[in-house]
Amino acid sequence: MFELIGVSPQALFGQLLLGLINGAFYALLSLGLAVIFGMMNVINFTHGAQYMMGAFCAWMLLNYAGVPYWGALVLAPIVVGSTGVLIERLFISRLYHLDHLYGLLLTFGLALVIEGVFRSQYGISGLPYGNPLPGGTNLGFMFLPWYRGWVVVVSLAVCLATWFLIEKTRLGSYLRAATERPDLVQAFGINVPRMITLTYGFGVGLAALAGVLAAPIYAIKPDIGANLIIVVFAVVVIGGMGSIMGSILTGFGLGILEGLTKVFYPEASNTVIFVVMAIVLMLRPQGLFGTPR
Amino acid sequence: MRWSLKAWAAAAAVTAGAGIALADYTDGVIKIGVLNDQSGIYSDVTGPGSVWAARKAVEDYCKANTCDGKIEVVFADHQNKPDVGSNIARQWYDVDKVDAIVDVPTSSVALAINTLTREKNKVFLNSGAATSDLTGKDCSPNTVHWTYDTWALANGTGNAIVQTGGKSWFFITADYAFGYALERDTAAVVEKAGGKVVGSVRHPFPGQDFSSFLLQAQQSKAQIIGLANAGGDTINSIKQAAEFGIVQGGQNLAGLLVFITDVHALGLQTAQGLIFTESWYWDLNDVNRAFAKEFAAANKGHMPTMVQAGVYSAVFHYLKAVHALKSDADGAAVVAKMKEMPTDDRLFGKGTIRQDGRKLHPMYLFEVKKPSESKGPWDYYKLRATIPTEEAFRPLAEGGCPLVK
Repeated sequence: MFELIGVSPQALFGQLLLGLINGAFYALLSLGLAVIFGMMNVINFTHGAQYMMGAFCAWMLLNYAGVPYWGALVLAPIVVGSTGVLIERLFISRLYHLDHLYGLLLTFGLALVIEGVFRSQYGISGLPYGNPLPGGTNLGFMFLPWYRGWVVVVSLAVCLATWFLIEKTRLGSYLRAATERPDLVQAFGINVPRMITLTYGFGVGLAALAGVLAAPIYAIKPDIGANLIIVVFAVVVIGGMGSIMGSILTGFGLGILEGLTKVFYPEASNTVIFVVMAIVLMLRPQGLFGTPR
Repeated sequence: MRWSLKAWAAAAAVTAGAGIALADYTDGVIKIGVLNDQSGIYSDVTGPGSVWAARKAVEDYCKANTCDGKIEVVFADHQNKPDVGSNIARQWYDVDKVDAIVDVPTSSVALAINTLTREKNKVFLNSGAATSDLTGKDCSPNTVHWTYDTWALANGTGNAIVQTGGKSWFFITADYAFGYALERDTAAVVEKAGGKVVGSVRHPFPGQDFSSFLLQAQQSKAQIIGLANAGGDTINSIKQAAEFGIVQGGQNLAGLLVFITDVHALGLQTAQGLIFTESWYWDLNDVNRAFAKEFAAANKGHMPTMVQAGVYSAVFHYLKAVHALKSDADGAAVVAKMKEMPTDDRLFGKGTIRQDGRKLHPMYLFEVKKPSESKGPWDYYKLRATIPTEEAFRPLAEGGCPLVK
């Protein structure tokens, strides 16, 4: 059996696949951020908290209403997405005429408040959530749990559908036009503020969907989003702020890179993404797939 | 940093009885600072529950004895960062006249407070941290290590598992002082008992996704995967191990530091069968149950962890020593008095504190119940074995503590 710098090919393939699975989460979360930033120019720091709300919402649906995982997969994004609509109407919509920084501060503050409320209510250790797809298959080089495979499939499907919706359909073209010239689009009789509100709700729904997907794998804790959001922001920056395809490809790519780091030098696995970010910012400040503004 | 409402735990009149000498307390107040994780990964294990336990100890002590002057309990959040913890401790010792710091989970922070407390000649009662170095090479005449340590955990769990046939081990270790100490102490026990360590991997602290470390553990073919981590890291490791079919594949997990709050978070379905060592469990006897009932009423229905029980016990004994000395000014003298007096409180019973600062009591080997065996929430443990006091902790001579002559 050949070895690559002391690592067997089994280990390598296994880690690559795991990287792809983690990449699926990064892609789904950065997609939501990219949609919100690309369409609304808002840097949504509440995204991590909304991801966490998605996971908690799945738990609450199960424990208070008896709704199983498959129902939560549909319901939780709708519920959390509507709280997003509320937040946009009440707070964010008042900041569009101001600098980006205000939106960032507002959403960051909201994230802290939301996390604080959940922490005081549910503690920090987390809540249990059963695995809806137990078992798995042996691929020869690793054991692939069915559930992880499912996560990759859902994530890919949702990412591609979102890309198609925004880049290839009429609705998407309205959206993009409204970002460029809201006044002109409004003049054509399209309700731009409502479209923007729904876009934010949609982005938040994507975060919540990622949260539901995460619930059976990770402990459902108030800080899961805070841990992940920094990485996801790095992904969005590397991919190019606002580029939909960019954030999808970078999400999966960086997941794989992180997986490789865990084989060769595990201690650096949560630093490697930021090293890449620094290099990309130096060589191509608009990001790998972004266009200079 | 969060400051407490100044808690008046007791205000007994010192001057009431004629002939009682006026005690010598710095600024007239015995001030105890609970320094721990109030909001992060260890806040359910320690956190506000430890503050409650410290206040309860003061209340109970003053109910049973006459308390001298005013006793105050304050608290702060060290965020599991040694620099943050040191800054708070400095402020407490230099400006706020805190006499003793209690709890301090997270070994890296505990080691920093250990050094600082010795420098300032105050008192450090550690309940939350695990590293056995606190009573080994870093031992101090100002520190008592109360509840448990990495050696005791490794000794209890490691021995039990090797004896039932788990000979080859692979470690998944948290990448900081605590993880190293736990891995080192467990590896020593395993090798001494005739087992061997086939590999280990260090994960960033705190971690989220453990699948790739679990995969490495799986490929090592070790019989036992030792989890040298704690809190949320252990929870995620166990949860994901179940997902990757580690146990069905013939390997077993050894949680080296598991708290009852972790079992609660995992649920019995996932946690059943797990074996680990603790020094206190709420359902062991009537006294513990009574304490737990009061604790739960004040802490959202949670049962106390061994760390929180340890805080109670440590503060209780500290107050005893301070009152015997009639002074809290000289930290080393207070700790010397604590070592001289036998310990006796309702949660940990009778015990002693050794020369190196190690508090001695029995440890217990528990197994997590099956869902069918549990009578309801928080009914989680079966007692497998009691490790007697003499065998529970590292022998005095082996720790390398410079105080031991």
